[in-house]
Amino acid sequence: MQPLELSATDIVTAIRRGELSAVQVAEAFLDRIAKANGSINAFLHVDRDGALARAADIDARRKAGKPLGALAGLPVAVKDALCTIDQPTTCASKMLAGYRPPYDAHVVTRLREADAVLVGKTNMDEFAMGGSNENSAFGAVHNPWDLSRAPGGSSGGSAACVAADMAPVAIGSDTGGSIRQPAGLCGITGLKPTYGRISRRGLVAFASSLDQIGPMTRSAADCALLMETIAGHDPGDSTSIPGDVPAYTSLLDKPLTGLRIGRVAEHFGPGLDPEVAHGVEEAFAAFKAAGATIHDVELPHAKYGIATYYLVAPCEASSNLARYDGAHYGHRAEPGKGHRAESGKGSASDFGAFESPLVEMYCRSRAEGFGPEVKRRIMLGTYALSAGYYDAFYAKALRVRRLIRQDYLDAFQQVDLIGGPVSPTPAFKLGEKTSDPLAMYLVDMYTVGTNLAGIGGISFPCGFTKGGLPIGFQLQGPALSEPLLLRAADRYQQLTDWHRRRPTLAT
Amino acid sequence: MSKQSDTAASAEPFTTVIGLEVHVQLLTQTKLFCGCSTKFGAPPNTQVCPTCLGLPGSLPVMNRRAFELAVRAALALNCQIAGFTKWDRKNYFYPDLPKGYQISQYDLPFSSDGWLEVVDPKGAFSRKVGIIRVHLEEDAGKSMHDEAAGTGDTRIDLNRAGTPLCEIVSQPDLRSPQEARAWLNELKLLLVYLGVSDCNMQEGSLRVDANVNLHIPLASEGRVAKTPIVEIKNMNSFRSVERALTYEAARQWEEWQATKVEMGKMPKQTRGWDDPAGITRPQRQKEESSDYRYFPEPDLVPVTVSEADVAAAKAAMGTPPTVLRTELESRWAISAYDADVLVNQGRDLVDYFEDLARRVGEGKVASNWMQQDVLRTLNERGGTIAEFPVRPEHVADIIGRVQKGDFDTSRGREIFAEVLSSSKAVADVVAAMGIAAVSDDDLVALCRELIEANPKIVADVKGGKEQAAAGLIGQAKKKNPNANPGKVRQMCLDLIKGM
Repeated sequence: MQPLELSATDIVTAIRRGELSAVQVAEAFLDRIAKANGSINAFLHVDRDGALARAADIDARRKAGKPLGALAGLPVAVKDALCTIDQPTTCASKMLAGYRPPYDAHVVTRLREADAVLVGKTNMDEFAMGGSNENSAFGAVHNPWDLSRAPGGSSGGSAACVAADMAPVAIGSDTGGSIRQPAGLCGITGLKPTYGRISRRGLVAFASSLDQIGPMTRSAADCALLMETIAGHDPGDSTSIPGDVPAYTSLLDKPLTGLRIGRVAEHFGPGLDPEVAHGVEEAFAAFKAAGATIHDVELPHAKYGIATYYLVAPCEASSNLARYDGAHYGHRAEPGKGHRAESGKGSASDFGAFESPLVEMYCRSRAEGFGPEVKRRIMLGTYALSAGYYDAFYAKALRVRRLIRQDYLDAFQQVDLIGGPVSPTPAFKLGEKTSDPLAMYLVDMYTVGTNLAGIGGISFPCGFTKGGLPIGFQLQGPALSEPLLLRAADRYQQLTDWHRRRPTLAT
Repeated sequence: MSKQSDTAASAEPFTTVIGLEVHVQLLTQTKLFCGCSTKFGAPPNTQVCPTCLGLPGSLPVMNRRAFELAVRAALALNCQIAGFTKWDRKNYFYPDLPKGYQISQYDLPFSSDGWLEVVDPKGAFSRKVGIIRVHLEEDAGKSMHDEAAGTGDTRIDLNRAGTPLCEIVSQPDLRSPQEARAWLNELKLLLVYLGVSDCNMQEGSLRVDANVNLHIPLASEGRVAKTPIVEIKNMNSFRSVERALTYEAARQWEEWQATKVEMGKMPKQTRGWDDPAGITRPQRQKEESSDYRYFPEPDLVPVTVSEADVAAAKAAMGTPPTVLRTELESRWAISAYDADVLVNQGRDLVDYFEDLARRVGEGKVASNWMQQDVLRTLNERGGTIAEFPVRPEHVADIIGRVQKGDFDTSRGREIFAEVLSSSKAVADVVAAMGIAAVSDDDLVALCRELIEANPKIVADVKGGKEQAAAGLIGQAKKKNPNANPGKVRQMCLDLIKGM
């Protein structure tokens, strides 16, 4: 039995039955990481020793007949935005290089309690800001389907490591599409659950009202398996939803007969790659064949989604990232060395005469520690929240956000789910959009609405371009519709094999 | 009773207008948004966790108890309680603010529009001071500038970071530094009675900033000129507040006479009180202090307050000092002044007094003993009334014996002092001091002996100078310390008249 080829569900079953040992499984994936990570750069940190020790412990407990957790022996890669007490947590930023948190994120605790094996921390756009994973301070991630292309972002490392069989499952986070878009570009399945379904405690905040953790796997069934462990109320996160969590894996089997899927005409407007459009239409046809009905729905304010998102998210980010000031932890500029800003353009004199050594330390630490995209968003947010601009920008964005949320509520009166593309194009070339931030922002055009509305969305492969790049399909559903989203995606995956395809890697 | 006038008692050519901003630390076991202890005095940075350290990924969870205490305080300050309130972030950079923002309340505070009245018991003033708002926020940490080390280093203690604070903002309704001090005393008393805060200024549980300016009537122009508002900080006692305001009013008057600069012609100034020097000094203005980029805190959910919540807070309120003063006056037939003195000492002392008054069956006597004996000695020895070794039953025992005529009040005081220092029972002290009731026969014998020995006094009394009898009383005390002076006096007078 070759662990790399098994689904997460099969791995857990095989270990429980003793058909595979946890150590065998961990070794297989760790070896794969050792071989493939050099060309893909999906991992920022690999905890080989820790993972093997953990796996050996699970094997010993199994042999001793002791109870095991629901994910016993399952290797899991975790986005480097989630705090881990035993591994660095850097958010792919120089600001947090080498930072070790004194506590585990709530999701990490749940994974450990379920006896999952944490293999390492995955690369990402710095502080989850980006759609290509090129904003990592530790180098871009390469798309396993074409190493010259971006894997998407910000959870690019998590998507790429699953696509390249370096881990059977990964944890990502999604603020405007950061799970679904890289999942789409890397040909895997990614779920962005309803806001509050999974505790954010220990997830390094980008935009608190939008951030949501979710699973990134090879199939909807594996997402369901992970959700049963990581979803649920946490009293330590005031925004986490109270109440019980459904048994997602047991709710997959029901046929799709009578399922109403909405189709938004604007999703097929200018900017959508024809091959992507074709793949998405094929998926609609497959759903129809499976018993679903397709209906036109309108999301009248969706066109303001990107503008709204790029006010709400930077405003919150400008405040969330204020704590990285060099005073308590993280990068601190050494005093009086005349540092120049990393961009090469800025120099100390750009800040004017520092009013105090403290202000100089703040300015230099942040100038050196943050990359250009993070600085851009901090500046956007700081500006938009400033006196005299608040009403015109932030307050207005909140009003539009409410309209966008209402659009979805109205649409879900008519349909159960809304389908469409995940992103307008397949994976683009590394460097292709780095000089044009606005073009980069548009890669989120189909995904930001889900976050602004606080609802759920899932992305899964629905075909390939002639050039062999995955095409993603997105389903969005009402709040707490994860059982339906997972069921629809799983039914689709029972009828198709796009999600089984693997890139061939020259390793 | 109300003497709500805009002119101060002294005939100054201006009116001093004062508004106060008071921060009080709520009496919770734990911080506002995490489970860390709020206990004062622990070694630096030992009462901290990821949340109050502002570590990446940490989240706040509201302390329900803090909210309940804050609602109780606001209700006692006659405020309206909002049914819906939210948290906001106040963004600024400072090393003792580890998140780079303070969680506070901006445009929807949980309460507003209240008042608190202060009445001077001697009738000098009576002022109903409006309260603009009361809101909750977290405290910052403490910066300690290490001047001694000579390195200019600043050390940060984050034990205090995240401690729940109630900010109380008054209307500019106060009209003199004395009123401001009295109002602060009343506010502190109220909050301590409510169990909302210990209001300990030394430990930073209560902090005051004052805004002050002068309103100067310009008769010739038929209008009132207003001097620029100055905010005074760094006052570490109510006495400092009074002194700083007095100084600042005088300073503004001088400045006005020299410059005639009015409000609006220059920005609001912040000045720090230098207590040893007794002056206020201008403080450096923070360059962007006005733009805190407030926005709703996305990590917390808004708080809804139901009528049941308000009712529960009201039930937990107990009797506030103003009500208690009136109650004591009518229940024990004591003066307003006496009620004020007792109530101002705190709830425990009032309980002690009422216990004593019940045992004695009379308020006035109990109140006298409280003020002349219990309070005086308590102030001398320090400590709280709860720890005071002479309990109400002891005092009642002494008063009872005085009322029975066993001995007089001054002898009673000596017994009180002995009970206090020896911790013995009253009866034992009475026995040990050899105090026995003097029989009427003994008294008559004593008086006769005195009269015989003092023909001059007898002659004086006979001549109409009754006060000369005092000389006999002094001698009686020497011969028998237990003799009741009043009785001795009366008996001697009777005997002399009968001669």
